[in-house]
Amino acid sequence: MFQIHEAMNHPCEGVHDHELCANARPPTWRNPTPCERYHLLIVGAGPAGLVAARGAAALGARVALVEQHLLGGDCLNYGCVPSKTLIRSSRLYADMRNATHFGVRPPDRIQVDFPMAMARVRSIRARISRADSAARLAAEGIDVFFGTARFTGGDTVDVEGTRLRFKKAMIATGSRSMLPTIPGLAQAGYLTNETVFDLTALPASLLVIGGGPVGCELAQAFARFGCRTIIAHDEPLFLPREERDAALLVAEALASDGVEIHLNTKAMNVRVEGAKKIVETINDGNVATIVVDEILTGIGRVPAVANLNLEAAGVAFDPDGGIQVDDFLRTTNRRIFAAGDVCLEHKFTDTADASARIVVRNALFLGRQRFSALTIPWCTYTDPEIAHVGLYVRQARARGIPIKTFTVPMHDVDRAIADGEEGGFVKIHVHEGTDTILGATVVARHAGEMINDLSLAMVAGIGLSTIARVMHAYPTQAEAIKKAANAYTRTRLSPWIAWLLRRWINR
Amino acid sequence: MNRTGRHKTTEEAADNVLLDRLQRTAFEYFLQATNAQNGLIADTTREGSPSSIACVGFALSAYPVGVEHGWIDRADAVRRALVCLRFFMDSDQSGGPNATGHRGYYFHFLDMHNGKRVWLSELSLIDTALLIVGMLMAAAYFNAETPDEIELRRLADALYRRVDWRWAQRDGAAVTHGWKPECGFLHYGWEGYSEAILLYVLGLGSPTHPLTEQSFLTWTTTYQWENLYGIDHLYAGSLFIHQFSHAWVDFRGIRDAFMREKGCDYFENSRRATFVQREYAIRNPRSFTGYSAECWGLSAGDGPSVEPRLVAGRHQAFYGYAARGVPYGPDDGTIAGSSMLASLVFAPDLVLPALRRLIASDVSNSDELIHASGFNRLVREGGQNGWVSQDRFGLDQGMIVLMIENHRTGLPWRLGRASPYLRAGLRRAGFRGGWL
Repeated sequence: MFQIHEAMNHPCEGVHDHELCANARPPTWRNPTPCERYHLLIVGAGPAGLVAARGAAALGARVALVEQHLLGGDCLNYGCVPSKTLIRSSRLYADMRNATHFGVRPPDRIQVDFPMAMARVRSIRARISRADSAARLAAEGIDVFFGTARFTGGDTVDVEGTRLRFKKAMIATGSRSMLPTIPGLAQAGYLTNETVFDLTALPASLLVIGGGPVGCELAQAFARFGCRTIIAHDEPLFLPREERDAALLVAEALASDGVEIHLNTKAMNVRVEGAKKIVETINDGNVATIVVDEILTGIGRVPAVANLNLEAAGVAFDPDGGIQVDDFLRTTNRRIFAAGDVCLEHKFTDTADASARIVVRNALFLGRQRFSALTIPWCTYTDPEIAHVGLYVRQARARGIPIKTFTVPMHDVDRAIADGEEGGFVKIHVHEGTDTILGATVVARHAGEMINDLSLAMVAGIGLSTIARVMHAYPTQAEAIKKAANAYTRTRLSPWIAWLLRRWINR
Repeated sequence: MNRTGRHKTTEEAADNVLLDRLQRTAFEYFLQATNAQNGLIADTTREGSPSSIACVGFALSAYPVGVEHGWIDRADAVRRALVCLRFFMDSDQSGGPNATGHRGYYFHFLDMHNGKRVWLSELSLIDTALLIVGMLMAAAYFNAETPDEIELRRLADALYRRVDWRWAQRDGAAVTHGWKPECGFLHYGWEGYSEAILLYVLGLGSPTHPLTEQSFLTWTTTYQWENLYGIDHLYAGSLFIHQFSHAWVDFRGIRDAFMREKGCDYFENSRRATFVQREYAIRNPRSFTGYSAECWGLSAGDGPSVEPRLVAGRHQAFYGYAARGVPYGPDDGTIAGSSMLASLVFAPDLVLPALRRLIASDVSNSDELIHASGFNRLVREGGQNGWVSQDRFGLDQGMIVLMIENHRTGLPWRLGRASPYLRAGLRRAGFRGGWL
């Protein structure tokens, strides 16, 4: 059982937050007078909503975009952008501490300035918000409405008392943090990914509950800022969906950054003593107590379907799985589509973006694009990063697909050695006996950059033979991919062909 | 005979002397680290060490080897085995916090004196399998029609039949790692290739409470066939994984569905895994002292527990007891010398030169680099050999005894091949061909 955490309205403090608000939710904004009927009405202006609005408007559609909080959604305000920004600062502190590894004398004293890092988060968030400001969207012909949208029928929505009619609609309200129901947690107070970036002072100690991607990323970042960080995860390994080696490498990385790791550990209850939060945990029947200043929960996401009055529109949903859609992203109301976290298992910005593009084609232009045809990469931004695309080995084997993996450890890649970034690997899974790529996992400091090569290859139907023929700039870390392809071509040298070649050379 | 031939013969003779010495020293562990009242064997030489049931299994497997070499007389070996089997037969199977076992399984660590559970240890499936296979080996070897040997065989059979393998199949077909009275089944599963193959074979072969055939297929779904360092193999990082089941099961030439698909067998796979270890040591990505083509062996074992220090500019942590592995670690410069030796049967061409080099480099002249549970040449404060574990582990000594014997005479494999239960288990796991 989980309860929904209601997203906070973001506080508007300081020059950067003022700029963010001016772009993402202008205080003086007046909702436009609606047109008679919109070609496409979009509820939610996160990555999916923005992409669909822009795409449809550029093609001449009349578009309404309704946002309850801030334009940009989770990604810009509470998710990818602030967390990656904070991670960058924390990575530099880690590099400073490891300076000798790079042949550099470390600073005599490393003084962490957390407020400075957080100011940078706010500045970068504000800067990125310029691209999708309300004013720009309006200039592109999109009617931007701020307020709460409620469906009042199969083709109408009410926004703060104004009725909007649509031919087609897209629901892209995203998702919310999912909180574990731990007795005492609510009373003790906690941080989520939606509030953690509002911190202005570094807590002395932090318990992260949940070892999924968000939990691992933030636990490592806070530890690198010098916060005593503990992570408790109710499974034997972090990142349960990733392959074991990847999860083990991340566990080792977290441990070397000083994160105290409690696997197979469940938080049972929380109480407050003075300024401290006391968390009782259980591991294989052993009860222990953890005392911290703050608790961060990042255990997962649930679709944001509350208050939309979906019943009035005939849109079926369930609180855990979100809005029901078919492979064309159409809901149970044929006029209404959905995109992004609110309806998808893969809750990623890139997937939200791709699904929104499908909706624009399918909703407005009689498209028949299937969501299942997408090749979806993802990345966890720990250090090293873990990126994956396509099938995992266990998925392929469960489906009876013969699969073989070409593995190149990063310690075999010259540039990774030169960069002092040898931790990790490239694993490319092919259909046994062919060069067809079924999937890949990359663990490397820049795995997120490297996985794109492999996504491209999969979408374009490029196999390892072709990759082996593509010159890769030397020295680069992505050369690991070429090395895996070279390993494939070596396996094609059967004893018979090798014999022929020897005969030819010695003729 | 030419000079090369003579040299080779001399080298072979020296190797035989060396192997004999190492094997006998390892065997003597089981004679010394035992409680004669119940046959339990200490996990390690550490003061106050409890018994590990896996070590008891190794002892039971090693007695036949000792008899063959004349290191123990047959009656003494039978007596030791019998005391042990009687203890397990009469042990407290209530599954209580201070019991010895439950449903035919046993807790991982038992008190040396009273045989009760210690350290809040788990009811361990793999360690029970290692114990049970030892019982079956002893039963296969001690085949005389004497009252003691008849009783030994009867007890071994009854103890094997008592194990409720099916009970440990949780979440459908998957088999759990273990169970504790405090929290029930542990939620670790077997993922990826591992020593659990022995557990599955024993579980599948049971005439009383067998695992389902699907359990093996479910587990092998998690296998990863990888080309690493240009070598195709069924991947597992820690060397012991490629060795443990092979002490008893002769995997040469027999193949399950997976190995048929890959055109390999598990024995050949272990040979390849040995080459992977060597390739890693040649690369030596962390620039650790001592690693080379002739010094490798990252496996489960003891290591230094000293404070982190700078090694080649990098902050290096030390992990104490850990399952080290290649190529992703953990790796702190610790080599398990016994693990290198335990690959002898797979890759004598690699292991013998490495063994000679290691013995030659041992300034203590005590073979401690082989028998101790790990050494680390980065940590110099231990002495001229660097850091060397103060402890000998029963598991390591057991693997030394059995794998040298498989290399020399193949006796443990012959005993394994003679076990109807192992044969049935292998067949139910889909193994075909070769001696099967």
